Parts: sequence; structure tokens; C-alpha cells
Amino acid sequence: MLISVRDLAVARGGRVLLRGIGFALDREQALHIAGGNGSGKTSLLETLCGLRAPEQGTVLGLESSAAFHWIGHKNAQNPALTAVENLRFWCQINGAGEDRIENAFDRLQLRAQQHRPSRELSIGQRRRAALARLLVARRPLWLLDEPLSGLDAGGVELFSELLKAHLALGGAAVITSHQELPAFAGMSRLQL
Amino acid sequence: MSAVKAIFLRELRLAARSRADLAQPVFFYAMVSLLFPLGIAPHSGSLTLFVPAILWMGALLAALLGLERLFRGDLEDGSLEQMFLAPTPVSFLVLSKLLAAWLVLGLPLALLSPVLALLLGLSFSAAVVVMLGLVLGSLSLFFLGGFSSALLAGLPRAGVLLPLLVLPLVSPVLIFGAGAARAAISGGSVEAPLYFLAAIAVLCICLIPPAAAAALRNAFE
Amino acid sequence: MTFWTWLKSLTSPPIFFVLAQRCGFWFGLISVPLLAYGLIGGLLLAPPDYQQGEGYRIIYVHVPAAWMSLFIYSLMALAGGIALIWRIKVWECLLTAAAPIGASFTALALVTGMLWGKPMWGAYWVWDARLTSELVLLFLYLGVIVLHQSIADARAAARACALLAMVGFVNVPIVHYSVEWWNTLHQGSILPKLGKPTLDRSMLTPLLVMLLGFQSFFGYALLRRVQNELLVRGEIQRG
Repeated sequence: MLISVRDLAVARGGRVLLRGIGFALDREQALHIAGGNGSGKTSLLETLCGLRAPEQGTVLGLESSAAFHWIGHKNAQNPALTAVENLRFWCQINGAGEDRIENAFDRLQLRAQQHRPSRELSIGQRRRAALARLLVARRPLWLLDEPLSGLDAGGVELFSELLKAHLALGGAAVITSHQELPAFAGMSRLQL
Repeated sequence: MSAVKAIFLRELRLAARSRADLAQPVFFYAMVSLLFPLGIAPHSGSLTLFVPAILWMGALLAALLGLERLFRGDLEDGSLEQMFLAPTPVSFLVLSKLLAAWLVLGLPLALLSPVLALLLGLSFSAAVVVMLGLVLGSLSLFFLGGFSSALLAGLPRAGVLLPLLVLPLVSPVLIFGAGAARAAISGGSVEAPLYFLAAIAVLCICLIPPAAAAALRNAFE
Repeated sequence: MTFWTWLKSLTSPPIFFVLAQRCGFWFGLISVPLLAYGLIGGLLLAPPDYQQGEGYRIIYVHVPAAWMSLFIYSLMALAGGIALIWRIKVWECLLTAAAPIGASFTALALVTGMLWGKPMWGAYWVWDARLTSELVLLFLYLGVIVLHQSIADARAAARACALLAMVGFVNVPIVHYSVEWWNTLHQGSILPKLGKPTLDRSMLTPLLVMLLGFQSFFGYALLRRVQNELLVRGEIQRG
């Protein structure tokens, strides 16, 4: 099991948003957490990766932060730094090698924009710059919060390819999205 | 490259990209200090009494200008979350960030102060004491101010709140710093206040980062 | 039930609420005769001072208020530590409820001190170590109060206040020892750790009784404020 969740209660701002959440994911499995705005999807994901303390319950498998990738709502792109510099910074604080950065931006079709400050990129480009992290360090579990937000049709297709490749190599993913995700074998759905 | 070094260099790089922001506190300090004598009767000699206080309060207010936005940017663009998830403990990352902020915003204030001291009529030796005191004192100011800024990182309009939190915490620094300057002017012993300033600075460097890290986690939630 | 399980059960808001209701009543009740005895004893019965005459009598409000200001801040810092480490809601409420009471005692100490300073030293205020550090203590209290008001989420606000209280705690020993470490105008301590009290027994007894009266008033006020905070936070469902 790459992640195992039991009887989880998620609170935010003093209010309990969700109770009794439980699931487990093994290799080549993905979970799509669906729900409208304010249903607690982001808070749930933050609780899973340890940014937020759970009100109740346990999350197993994510004790080491090298076990998973977290890409939140926000892109972690400092507006004054270029996409390359932002990604290099991420690699440095996580002890990951910087040799795959060039390749990652190529695959995400950001070769022309990678050396411009983030504030000059469009929303979709910034999202893709954030997704580049997934390619730079191989980690078994992906926790992604609204990965498709801001992406156009080409971007969505790119993301699907990345996800498919990741699952095929034995990875797992927990993805929140209020949009519909492309269907996969091994993808289950949790409606909040 | 270690995470601590990475944060330090990133802060320096960001500072280099927004040089106008860096100049603001220094200009403010110079302006405030040099305009003060306008409020005091000229040639009355009473100015010398006030110069230590002017130089220290001016530095503190200028520092507050720079501290307000210290953590908010990282909180808003999501970089803070990634720092929480990194393997290095957040306290070390915060330590690195505060040291970089001091180097970029606080040290220039300390280095400008002897010039202002001379312009305001202090002797050369007194000006040196003011500078030494401010080098040590600005370290404490930035750490305590950084801690307060971390407490308020999640609040969009925390403007007036920051001085309210910082001033009581830094009052020992002000007392010793102004005390050292007054001792230098009147010819007394300056070692004791300077040693106290150094001790406070060391305490701050060691104890504030974990508190600030806890405050940041709280602000995120 | 063992002592520890009983202690732990107190951290549950409903049980604490009931306990606070009862204890608060008793604290409030005892405080009345204690304060009455202290005031009458101090203002009327105790002999006049050799040097200051009748004017010293303000000591019976000033000194207990100052002691309380330090005591309450220490309690606040302790509550902050416990609330941060173990995330107990009741201790968070104790922390935020104590701040305004502590601020009031500090203000009382400062004001009575000023009223005493004018006849005794000739000045309402001097910038010596003890007065300055006590003023800083007042600002620390105000900072905690304002910080609590500014953060919307009650738990996050309490945790932020806990951190602030703990970092500011360093000021408490400074206030306490300021009369020993620096040459100050303020007189030295009345109850040194070793050695005899510097105050005569006939004057000391009403003082200690006033302190006990202030303590039990604090207990009453604190518990009622904690109950209020628990209600406001919605931890208690009033049927």
C-alpha cells in the first residue's frame, strides 16, 4: 500500500468539513476526489500530506516527504524568478538532482518560456511549470490539487500522458478536481 | 547545495531583482533622522541628547517597513508549503531567510547610521559605537520582527499590528542600544550595553527560528 | 478513576464548564471577605509608616496588583506552552481569557504607582528599569489581546497568542529582578527569597490578605471568562 487512510476527519477554521474518510491505494491505482467548491477537497489533500493536522484518524505511508509529490492550488512559482530558477530552488531544498530540469520543460512545452520571470507567463504556462516537478524527481505517489485548472485542451492531454506514464511505472495518484478527469483503468472515484 | 544555502541565495537573488524595494528603508531612515532636528530648537545643544533615540527609533521604523512583507509572498504563491514539505526542518529555513533579510535590509541601515550620527553632530567615536550597536541590535530587530511578521503572515492588512507586536519585544534592544550611544557621548563605559546587545542577538538567533516556524505553520492553517 | 484520568477528563470542555461554574462561585465568594479584610486592615487598621505617613497605604492595591500582573503573565505563557504542545482547547481558552485580566492588573499597578510616585518621588513617572519593564509588560498583554482579535479562526488565534506569550515571557524575570540588577528609584522587594520580610508584620498581614483576595478574584474572573469563551466557540451546547 502506498497510502492508507483510516477514519479521517478534516477540519478547517475550527469547522469539521469531512468525517470518516477511508481508502487505500496500491501501485498503478489512482483516486479522483470530486466535489464542488468548498466541499473540503483541498483541506483533505493538505491533511493527507501533513500540512494540516487531522482532527481525527490516521494517514499511513506518507511519513517521509520523499514518498510523494504535492502540487497544490498554488504553483509555488515566485513571480520574480524564472521557471527554471523556481524549479532549481525546489530541487535544492529537496535534495533532488537538477539534471532533468531541461528535459522536463521540454516535455511540458515550456522551452521558450522557461527563462522568463514567472509573472510574465500565462496561467496555463505557470501551471505547467509547477507540474514540471513531477518529472524532475521520481516519487511513487502524486497528490495533486486541481492539476487541470488553467490548462487548455493541449495541456490537459499533456497531463493525461504524464499520469498514464506514471501509473504504468507503478506509481499512484490522488487527484482532486471538480472537472472530469480522463478515464483510466485503475481509477476510482470518491465523491464528497 | 544544501537547503539552507539555497534559501539564502534565493533571498539574495530576489533582493537583487527588486532594488527599489531595498532602497526604501534606507531612504526612510535617512529622511526621518535628518528631519528630526527641524523639530528641535537649533543651536541649543539639546539635540545631542536626542540623537541616540532618533537613530535607534528611525532604524526600527525603517526595519518594520521591510519586515512586513517578509513571509507573505511565500505564503501567497505557495512556496511556503513546499518549504514545509522539504526534508530540512523549517526552523533552519527560517533562520536562513531571516539572516538573508538582515543582510539585505538591516545591515545597510546599520552601515548608514554613523554617517547620520556625524551629520547630527556626534563625535567620531560615538558614531562608531552607534554603528556597532546597530549592527548587533538590527540582528535582534530582524529576528524579533521576523517572528512577529510570521505571526501575522496570514492577515492581509496587518499594517498597524506589526509595530504593536514588535515594539514591546524589542524594547530591551532599544534600551541597551541607546544606552551605549549615550555612554559613548558622555564618556562612560560602552562595553556593558554592547555585550548585552550581542547576548540578545545570540539568544534571538538560537530561539526565534523555531518559534517563527511554528507561527508560519499556524498562519498557513 | 485515578488522579491522572480525572485530570485528563477536565480537559474536555463540558466537564470543565461544570467545574468552572462551581469553582468560580466559590472563588468569587471568598474574594469578598478577603478583599474587605485587606482593605479595612490596610487602609484603616495598619499603623502609619514612619517615613511616609498615611500616603504609603496605596501599597495595599499597588503591590498585589503588580504581583498579579507577573503571575498572570506567567500563567498565560504556561497555558500557551500546554496549548501548543498538546492542542487542548480548554488551555487555549485559559490563555486568551487571562490576557485582559492581566492587562487590567498591570494598568492598575501602573496607575496606582503613578499616584504614589507623585507624593513620594515628586514625579508621576520616571523611566527607571522597573517602571519601564512593567509598561512593556502592559504592551505585551495588549499585543496578545489585539492579536487574538485579528485572527478569525479561534484555534489559530489562540496558537498565535500562545507563541507571542511565550516569546514575551522573557520580560517577566526582567521586571521582577529589575530592582536588583539596576540602580532604580523603585524600592526593593518586600519579600526577598532568603531573609526576613522588609515590612513589619502589622503591615504585612493585610497585604498578603489583599493578595489572596486578588488571587481569588482572578480565579473567579478567569473561570467565568473561560466559560464564556467556550460558549462563544461553540464547544458547549446549551440546551
